Amino acid sequence: MSDHEYTPSSKFGKWFNDRLPLLSLVNHLTDYPTPKNLNYWWTFGGILTFCLITQIVTGLVLAMHYIAHVDHAFSSVEHIMRDVNYGWLLRYVHANGASMFFLAVYIHIFRALFYGSYKAPREIIWIIGIIIYLLMMAAAFMGYVLPWGQMSFWGATVITNLFSAIPLVGESITTWLWGGYSVDNPTLTRFFTLHYLLPFLILGLVVLHIWALHVPGNNNPVGIDIKKPSKDTVPFHPYIVIKDAFALLMFLIVFAMFVFYSPNVLGHADNYIEANPLVTPAHIVPEWYLLPFYAILRSVPDKLMGVIAMLSAILILAALPWLDTSKIRSAVFRPLYKQFYWILVADVLILGYVGAMPAEGLYLLIARIGTIYYFAHFLIILPVLGLKEKTLPLPLSITEPVLGGSPNFATARDKVEKIS
Amino acid sequence: MRNIIKFLIILFLVLNSKSFAAENTAKFLETDWTFKGLFGKFDRASLQRGYQVYTEVCASCHSMKYLSYRNLSEKGGPEFSEAEAKAIAASFEVTDGPDSTGEMFTRPAKLSDKFVMPYANDEEAKSANGGAYPPDMSVLVKARKGGADYVYSLLLGYEDPPSGIKLDDGVYYNKYMYGNKIKMPNPLSDDLVEYSDGTKATQEQMAKDVVNFLMWSAEPHLETRHKTGFRVISYLIILTVLVYFSMKKIWSRVESKV
Repeated sequence: MSDHEYTPSSKFGKWFNDRLPLLSLVNHLTDYPTPKNLNYWWTFGGILTFCLITQIVTGLVLAMHYIAHVDHAFSSVEHIMRDVNYGWLLRYVHANGASMFFLAVYIHIFRALFYGSYKAPREIIWIIGIIIYLLMMAAAFMGYVLPWGQMSFWGATVITNLFSAIPLVGESITTWLWGGYSVDNPTLTRFFTLHYLLPFLILGLVVLHIWALHVPGNNNPVGIDIKKPSKDTVPFHPYIVIKDAFALLMFLIVFAMFVFYSPNVLGHADNYIEANPLVTPAHIVPEWYLLPFYAILRSVPDKLMGVIAMLSAILILAALPWLDTSKIRSAVFRPLYKQFYWILVADVLILGYVGAMPAEGLYLLIARIGTIYYFAHFLIILPVLGLKEKTLPLPLSITEPVLGGSPNFATARDKVEKIS
Repeated sequence: MRNIIKFLIILFLVLNSKSFAAENTAKFLETDWTFKGLFGKFDRASLQRGYQVYTEVCASCHSMKYLSYRNLSEKGGPEFSEAEAKAIAASFEVTDGPDSTGEMFTRPAKLSDKFVMPYANDEEAKSANGGAYPPDMSVLVKARKGGADYVYSLLLGYEDPPSGIKLDDGVYYNKYMYGNKIKMPNPLSDDLVEYSDGTKATQEQMAKDVVNFLMWSAEPHLETRHKTGFRVISYLIILTVLVYFSMKKIWSRVESKV
């Protein structure tokens, strides 16, 4: 952290700060030099923090009224919807909040992919982010089980059964996860416990994520290193605070449209039918935000290989800082990468679409092609592209976006250092 | 920034339309639901008639276990007067107890009692209906893809099976049902109930009234939700505009556009 030594002006402030440097922390956060050319795709970090807090607060109140028992879970949710004061609002905010959380996290991740925010020296930020994303998926999945509707039960059955694909110990692991020989009351109570725990783990990781961010500082749309603080930066408060607030409010309008005018459109109708182990729904589909990975899982004919493919699809992201061999961060200066980036976006959207369709015929074929392309993007295209691509010349600084005629990142950086 | 606004609006529309795109069953019948839209409210008279259809027709097989008689007089619902709701409750017998001697006894239902169920348990319900369980109707509208339109269409979707389709005994043909086969016989026919407000009890009218009632039972706070939603979104829009101008002012100090 590059900030200067901070001394509180009041005597008490100084006394307190010498013992616990809380005021120094606040000072660091408000003064934090931020690139002034950040666009609106950078506001989703703040939006995500808001989403997490919203989920924790609404979840806390819901947990006061919810009963984690197979005989009472469904009716306790109905009790919340009917009899608890503003229970319907809390539950709809919590349920749609999960979708909004994922919407924001996908934008956040794809922003990092476009502007190369995962590259040195920000690898640790990126990897912590991937862990947060994994925990989010686990928390969301277990949360979806709690209302104990048909999709809850059968979704839990399908996903936990994936572990049985592990050779030798698979069956035992599944039994251990269930706490019995099928998804039943012990499964529900442990899912509830873990669903309560995970958000706090995520919160801790978010602190680390932001801490790690504050070491090198934000990447920016141009993707070059900038001197901090300098005329390329603005203090976090009030510039970024007000901009994040504006973006958050726009996001909240969309959020509110879902909560108040179509609260069930993102869920599945079958989840309003109480869980029944004797009746299997016609199509078992996960929530929309897990669909691309569900498509990858089903595109592989072998169960174990399917599970491995699905997990690899997420874990491969953690290796991204080393798979992408290009030294240039921002796609703005990588004409070829930019095209492949948009193909990847389309590929993930297509995978999401076929993930919601039955795994047969043309859909299965598309899912297979999409899966192969997904892995090819990270394992073949990115490493080769970084070595072969002819990139555009980088500007020397944000304030002087003059094309300095230097096609090379290192030379550009040297020049910046010479100038300043 | 314009891109982001456009993106979010398109996203809202796309996600809202996706739910019906997948299935290629018959297109649902349409009717003018009053509960749809920004200020959608229930038609009180229709809810009261719908309750009558439910209790005289559906309730002989379908339970509504999450509703209490008090709900009938609550705001945003059929809004029977409290005296009417009490009279409705009192017309049902419930088992209570044990009393001081340890015996169970029956008494007329009170406002706080849940709707009396037609069968003692699921098994009795199944055996009385040829093995098919008549689903609980408390949240039925939300538990079916297509919601109110679907249930309305289903109630009016009975017809003779096309040639070539053979139906077993106790199975009926319905063009909106998943797989077209349904174990519930056509429940509605003209003048099956006699409305006290003089409305003519056609099949369409009864279907509309009862679906209105079911929509309310699935979403008892729908009116509050719409009203609150309008206020919340209006507030957010005003605040967004104010914050936008504050942001412009603050950022005018640096020579970069937001």
